[in-house]
Amino acid sequence: MSEPRTLLAIDHVSKNFGRVTAVDGISLDIRENEFFALLGPSGCGKTTLLRMLAGFETPSDGRILLDGRDIARTPPNKRPVNLMFQSYALFPHMSVRANVSYGLEMERLPASEIRSRVDAILATTELVAFADRKPEQLSGGQKQRVALARALVKRPRLLLLDEPLGALDKKLRGAMQLELKRLQHEVGITFVIVTHDQEESLVMADRMAVLRDGKLLQCDTPHTIYEHPADRFVADFIGVMNFVPGKAATDGVMAGNGTRIAGKVPASLSPGASAVASVRPERIRLFPSDETANRTTGTVEALAYHGLDLQLHVRSALSPKPFLVRVTADAADRRPVSSGDQVELGWDAADVRIFAE
Amino acid sequence: MAPALVWLTALMVVPCALVLALAFFRRGIYGGIEYTFTLENFGLVFDPLYAGIFLNSARIAGTAALIAVVIGYAAAYAIAAAPRRLQPVFLFFAVLPFWSNYLIRTYAWIVLLNREGLITQLLRWFGYTGEQPSMLYTEGAVIAGLVYNYLPFVILACYAPLSRLNPELAEASRDLGASALTTFRRVILPLTVPGIAAGAVFVFVLSIGNFVTPALLGGGRFQMIGNLVYDQFLTANDWPFGAALAMALIAIMLLVLMAQALAADRASGRAAEAKGDADG
Repeated sequence: MSEPRTLLAIDHVSKNFGRVTAVDGISLDIRENEFFALLGPSGCGKTTLLRMLAGFETPSDGRILLDGRDIARTPPNKRPVNLMFQSYALFPHMSVRANVSYGLEMERLPASEIRSRVDAILATTELVAFADRKPEQLSGGQKQRVALARALVKRPRLLLLDEPLGALDKKLRGAMQLELKRLQHEVGITFVIVTHDQEESLVMADRMAVLRDGKLLQCDTPHTIYEHPADRFVADFIGVMNFVPGKAATDGVMAGNGTRIAGKVPASLSPGASAVASVRPERIRLFPSDETANRTTGTVEALAYHGLDLQLHVRSALSPKPFLVRVTADAADRRPVSSGDQVELGWDAADVRIFAE
Repeated sequence: MAPALVWLTALMVVPCALVLALAFFRRGIYGGIEYTFTLENFGLVFDPLYAGIFLNSARIAGTAALIAVVIGYAAAYAIAAAPRRLQPVFLFFAVLPFWSNYLIRTYAWIVLLNREGLITQLLRWFGYTGEQPSMLYTEGAVIAGLVYNYLPFVILACYAPLSRLNPELAEASRDLGASALTTFRRVILPLTVPGIAAGAVFVFVLSIGNFVTPALLGGGRFQMIGNLVYDQFLTANDWPFGAALAMALIAIMLLVLMAQALAADRASGRAAEAKGDADG
């Protein structure tokens, strides 16, 4: 693969609405041809950031560089960026074909070229049979594909997608996640997707940014963010995490009951400071060997069978909340456990992440 | 249902049937009614003199409807674009004049347009020294009166579809490369046509039969059908001809209303979809 090239540079961008700061000094780079996700809880500023990229809001401060050119004040109809709206915003008085042609007509392209490009994108998005229908005659999934086709046919440098799968039911959403990734590869356009669904961005994104209260917390690959979250919020927001509260020591965290959780302590944490040790459910083993660095005992409170794995809630003296433990179906078959059993839990120091509380 | 039916029969169907019946009789020599069947009255409606008044009324009503729609749509657009919590306030002020009497509102225009009226005084105050402009008792005064009186209807009729329009539709159009003007022409206007049509038809139908405004602001010099009907019943004492004119007027109104209802019926699917998208 060639060296990734920066397509869009967001440079210290802020947006204030009156006294409310929706986006607070965010800087991040989006690379050519990548699938990028802006992730965060509602009100984190991700939608405002997206609207600034589309041109519907002007930054209060900072620059937005597309191919090195500042587009922060360029009106939406003058930027090579298209947005797929959460509501799809299909024109209700136009057929599917007219909706998709609209953007090309604005470019004043010859009718023959418009026709061939629209035909091609309708084929790609499997909408040929619906070309003459009005939006009201389409299902949710079909409307979504029309919205996608209408934006893609413009061949934008950057395609923005605002919660593109939010309106679809769960089963369709899973299929569309893969479909969107396939399409992105096929058309070779950079996608920026806004979502509040961490699972969605883990599945789809090449890289993702986690936002909270208008600030950027972490920007990296899903794998790095999952394995090495930047802070306690990211650790909690992405995936599932078990937390053990306590005080920072030199080589771990002292839990409330005096047990030491071994792990690497970040340099920023001084000994004695409030800290939290954390471990992912799939890193915890049942009945660990004696060499395992961190061990505790607890009572199984609940079991949930998920096909591929078994999830246990284990009550332990270490933490006020029960531990969530994920055991493969194989392991569970070898040594069955049931509700009410006393079990021993163990995990390695290398799997412990320690954060300031 | 039943009380409404009685109400309608007593106050709408019966009076209309009586007027319709009247139109088929002859006028008595001394103004009374001679009960012999004739179609003469309807023939007279098509006499160039009276047909001309019909056409003139239609032209004045059409001009009033056009101006009212342009002003009313612009006002409704501005209200719909205002912050949500302020919109009811603006609508209230737009409709406020409506709560005063029609006659009083029309007299107010006499005060404004008079030779030494407010507009002349305002012009003088700005240093105008020329001849007093004669604005009252002109066709323009009649049209101004009609537009002013029916404007609130148009604002309400246009506001309804504009406020329901999903704002993301306009954004999508801009995003796809359309200018603000193209967005208006190709997205906003087509989706709000039902409101425009309803408002225009309303003004047209109410204006074409109006006789108070032409009488007061036109000074009797600009006869409309309403005045003609009024004259036949109260001055000329030709009730049968007045009835025939009234029937012709009602027929025109019904035709316009039916055309509008038909068009609205076809457009309602589109409007419903626009709303659905906004909710989604």
